[in-house]
Amino acid sequence: MTWWWAILGAGIGCYLLKLAGLSVPARVLERPLVERIADLIPVALLSALVAVQVFASGTHLTVDARAAGLAAAVVALLLRAPFLVVVVVAALTASLLRVVFPGW
Amino acid sequence: MPDPGRDQLPERRAIIRDGLGVGVATGLYGVSFGAVSVAAGLSVLQTCVLSLVMFTGASQFAIVGVAAAGGAPVSGAVTALMLGTRNTLYGLKLAPLLQFRGWRRPLAAQLVIDESTAMSVTRESTAAARTGFLSTGLAVFTLWNLFTFAGAIAGNLIGDPRTYGLDAAVGAAFLALLWPRLADRGNRVVAACAAAVALGVVPLTPAGVPVLVAGGVALLAGLLTRNAADPTEIPAP
Repeated sequence: MTWWWAILGAGIGCYLLKLAGLSVPARVLERPLVERIADLIPVALLSALVAVQVFASGTHLTVDARAAGLAAAVVALLLRAPFLVVVVVAALTASLLRVVFPGW
Repeated sequence: MPDPGRDQLPERRAIIRDGLGVGVATGLYGVSFGAVSVAAGLSVLQTCVLSLVMFTGASQFAIVGVAAAGGAPVSGAVTALMLGTRNTLYGLKLAPLLQFRGWRRPLAAQLVIDESTAMSVTRESTAAARTGFLSTGLAVFTLWNLFTFAGAIAGNLIGDPRTYGLDAAVGAAFLALLWPRLADRGNRVVAACAAAVALGVVPLTPAGVPVLVAGGVALLAGLLTRNAADPTEIPAP
């Protein structure tokens, strides 16, 4: 599968998932088990994405400037900073650290 | 559902203003998606198609993250689709409130995302819900796509994205999306387990797979808490 196929397939798939929600009678999916798992999937995936995005480098685990960026993001979130500020604070922290410690 | 008359015009204005505010904040953030996407090796056109067709931030960042890590396209696609399932849930909650029928429904469907749901699901009338949904959804859609394009062009010009900490920005973006859901204690346990499982699998599997394996934590947790009293509600995104 090339990236074009992945982009188009997943893109159209994501649209159909949205349309299904608006179209399918609520009874079909509104079962406690299905609802609970559907609620937990974004929690598990987003948390895993944070971990992998910050601490993985290929198939190695590593702690570098990204971890400092994440710590800064946590502080920003605790201070109830808006989304964009959180992201910029993390990027700035990592980029400034790399100025001080090149290659980190 | 009661339909608000003209006397509720100020409320309507306030809803639209809030929707546009959310749209600007979220749309601006499209710059970072555009820049990260081209840095991951996708073309400007591929980046813009993602924002137009997929149009759901977490899924877009996920597929781009797999590309950046050198993972297989199919891993990226599956992760994006799994994250996209929460929009189905949003749609289920929104359908009786928005009451879109006929040709409007397939058009409205593309706008079912975290932000438009949050700005409409709490409204008390169909008219107010539609106003919140459409103003937020259309503002985010327009600005997200414009700023994706701007970010993709800029990303091609700035060189190594690490210099600007763009790689750290992606982790922060996922955390910001996750944050509201961490208010719940059960969710915190699931999040911690999923992160641990993903990191444990990193040395053993190709890029993109660890996140999918961590998705299994959600399945397991759902099955294990089968007898828990009340099914969880969708947290405000």
